[in-house]
Amino acid sequence: MATYQLTINGQRREVMTDPSTPLLWVLREDLKLTGTKYGCGVSACGACTVHVAGVATRSCMVPVSMIGDRPVVTIEAIGQDPVGKVVQDAWVSHDVVQCGYCQSGQIMSAVALLKHTPNPTDQNIEESMGGNICRCGTYPRIRQAIKAAAQHLQ
Amino acid sequence: MSAASTAANDLLLSRRTFLRVSATAAGGLLVALYLDGPVAAQEASQAPPKPQIYPPDAFVNIRPDGTIVIQVNRLEFGQGVHTALPMLLADEMDADWSQVIAELAPAADVYKDPRVGMQMVGGSGSIANSFQQYRELGAKTRAMLVAAAAAQWQVGPQQCRTEASVVHGPSGQSARYAALAAAAAKQPVPAAVQLKDPAQFRLVGQAVRRLDSRPKCDGSLKFGLDLDLPGMMTAVVAHPPVFGARVKSVDDKAARSVEGVREVFEIPLAHGTGVAIVADKFWPAKQARDRLQIDWDLSAVERADSAQLWAQYTALARTPGHVAVARGDAQALAGMASGNRVVAEYHFPYLAHSPMEPLNTTVRFDGDRAEVWAGSQFQTVDQAAIAEVLGLQPAQVTFHTAMAGGGFGRRATPDAHVQREAAAIAKRLRGTPVKLVWTREDDVQGGYYRPMHVHRIEIGIGPDSMPAAWHHVIVGQSILGGTPFAAMLVKNGVDATAVEGVADTHYTIPNFHVSVHHPTPNVPVLWWRSVGHTHTAFVMETLMDELAARAQMDPIAYRRKLLDPTATKLRAALDLMEAKSAAWRRKLPTQHAVGIACHASFDTGVACAVEVSIENKRPRIHQATVAVACGLAVNPLTIESQFQAGVAFGVSQLMAKGAITLTDGRVEQRNFDAYTPPYMIDAPVAVDVHIVPSTEPPSGCGEPPVPVIAPAVVNALAQLTGTRYRSLPLVAI
Repeated sequence: MATYQLTINGQRREVMTDPSTPLLWVLREDLKLTGTKYGCGVSACGACTVHVAGVATRSCMVPVSMIGDRPVVTIEAIGQDPVGKVVQDAWVSHDVVQCGYCQSGQIMSAVALLKHTPNPTDQNIEESMGGNICRCGTYPRIRQAIKAAAQHLQ
Repeated sequence: MSAASTAANDLLLSRRTFLRVSATAAGGLLVALYLDGPVAAQEASQAPPKPQIYPPDAFVNIRPDGTIVIQVNRLEFGQGVHTALPMLLADEMDADWSQVIAELAPAADVYKDPRVGMQMVGGSGSIANSFQQYRELGAKTRAMLVAAAAAQWQVGPQQCRTEASVVHGPSGQSARYAALAAAAAKQPVPAAVQLKDPAQFRLVGQAVRRLDSRPKCDGSLKFGLDLDLPGMMTAVVAHPPVFGARVKSVDDKAARSVEGVREVFEIPLAHGTGVAIVADKFWPAKQARDRLQIDWDLSAVERADSAQLWAQYTALARTPGHVAVARGDAQALAGMASGNRVVAEYHFPYLAHSPMEPLNTTVRFDGDRAEVWAGSQFQTVDQAAIAEVLGLQPAQVTFHTAMAGGGFGRRATPDAHVQREAAAIAKRLRGTPVKLVWTREDDVQGGYYRPMHVHRIEIGIGPDSMPAAWHHVIVGQSILGGTPFAAMLVKNGVDATAVEGVADTHYTIPNFHVSVHHPTPNVPVLWWRSVGHTHTAFVMETLMDELAARAQMDPIAYRRKLLDPTATKLRAALDLMEAKSAAWRRKLPTQHAVGIACHASFDTGVACAVEVSIENKRPRIHQATVAVACGLAVNPLTIESQFQAGVAFGVSQLMAKGAITLTDGRVEQRNFDAYTPPYMIDAPVAVDVHIVPSTEPPSGCGEPPVPVIAPAVVNALAQLTGTRYRSLPLVAI
């Protein structure tokens, strides 16, 4: 067990846990931020995507001991970000979700994409969203929502 | 299909319905409609229905602030009933939609499917079966509110009208529903109500956005896995490496040394035994499981092996099985020249459902009662199973329906094996809520797969280039055999879910013979979204394409010529798809091809055209046009979404790593790296969905999107490569 000082959604949070614990489970169980989802545990589905120092990161395979002082942003706070708010609104207005379980990760990946590539091509979208599985298959609407968000941000 | 649906409808309409009404302490109106016993139970017992008492707030609660809370009698796991069922009720009630809140109802008799007699999601029946029920609830509630207002104003109810949760009187009077609720509760319940003519609908038929969208986009919605209760612990289970194996001995010293681990003990499973680990949190539980040293007793279990099963199935397919259909002249094929025959053999692997939210159930056992939280498609079955394990009556088990992250059939298990595991663990930890979590590895390796199948078909082609004789043998495990559903759906050795889509084909083939073998290898199987149609549509629609090509006919025209004139829904879907895709089908880029498929399932007709090319040796699906005939479109936005996404789900079958295989009894895949659902690149880039206009009662839209896409894609590939792909998944092109 060790104690870690983390910056989560702009707040300092202290957790005591095993150093090997993935960030995902620290978020979900220690900090009760359950919007970040467990899907596979092997970085193959993207349901656990958060931003670590602004980079879309699979939290299921990053041990908490590796986070250091890099700020972490989760789905719970991404709406406070101007791009994040636009993306969430586009998701709602395009009625993207079905079961919704993967959508936290989809939105976090989409926000990261639009922050670096404000006017993405289909290929940019496929590359950036390429590791996020939606088992329901909402991909066509995810694509539409990203394009609408990009347009809104122009 | 349609005859059966009509009969069920008549039965439903002829049954007496009751409303139970009471005022809330806060002055609200609580309305519950209940039926005089489930249809299936009545038919089975022929006994008069027993009077039943239901909670008064079963379906509608009008709160003093005007909020209207509507209970949804089914699991929401993406299919949209959490929005569509309240739409039906709110429309007939003339409720203000902006004030409607939907909640998933707990397990209770009142929430059983009015046709099936159990609380469940399955068979794409949520809207079809509760269409009348939810409309009547809304209409009767409205009638009571109007009666209360009319009495207050001393006018006739027929002089009043309603809109947006307000009753308006003949002389300009108006009253909000919330203000009338207490008086309405004292009104007699109308025995019969006039339902709206479809032209009067305000919500139904409109593209209404989902009610659960925002909380699914900001992380606030709590799925079953997100449940957090005071003092809750997390459990994982070490399952046997071969289905049915038992624990011989366990060395749990290293596991118990993991900080946070509370209990390690052996539990019975639906197949064999396992070792449960209970810890403060998930991570120590999983770490401890990784450190268990278990010696498994494999002596008494059959070790299923895919290679051996393929050989066995392929041999079986060359012999006739249990007869599902025998129409016309059984000898017709024998008399046909070999040049006029087509012989085809198909192979379909086991498939895992792999919903994004791993399976989980939370149980707290308090000795004389229990409380459960689960995203269940089968509340009635799961509640009873948990009660049985805990030595309780179902009524002693409070069962909360949690929102679920997908399911596709996986949360509807006749043996309730996950719930039984959870109950067995909770029984040991009396008083402590325990959340059982199946990891993704448990899910991929844990069985309950779409069964593997071999089909063998011999077709004799007549002088008109149409099939004159058709002999079809299907080999695959029975999903229903050994379950409580067998009595209803397994007849003369034929599991209806194995032959659906072939036996009831809408293609008119004069001499038609279908039989089935149901081997029983040691692999648990289950319905996978669209069930038998997952493989039967692929076979029928790829063969139709092949026969059309052989006849040098347009694949749409060929199908139309062969379709039964009474298959009105399928024909309408085919016509609409043809019209809507005509423009893009005429101007394809080079090295792109169009694939066609149409198929009816769950009383819904679907046709699709896909544009496909080959990129990096994989099919690239540029676009799809889908037409659907599903009766009245309750929420066309949901239907569009279901079909856009459902065809992407159907692409699962084509994924290079889209198979579950076994070697020496062990499942070879562990996670999404080896059993891979479609990613964005694999799904159609765009899907345009067109609904055949109709005011007929609605039919299913959850499963019918799935069957058409895989055959349509390989029909396009056949044009690009010259190969007919008859074995899935598509490992190589």
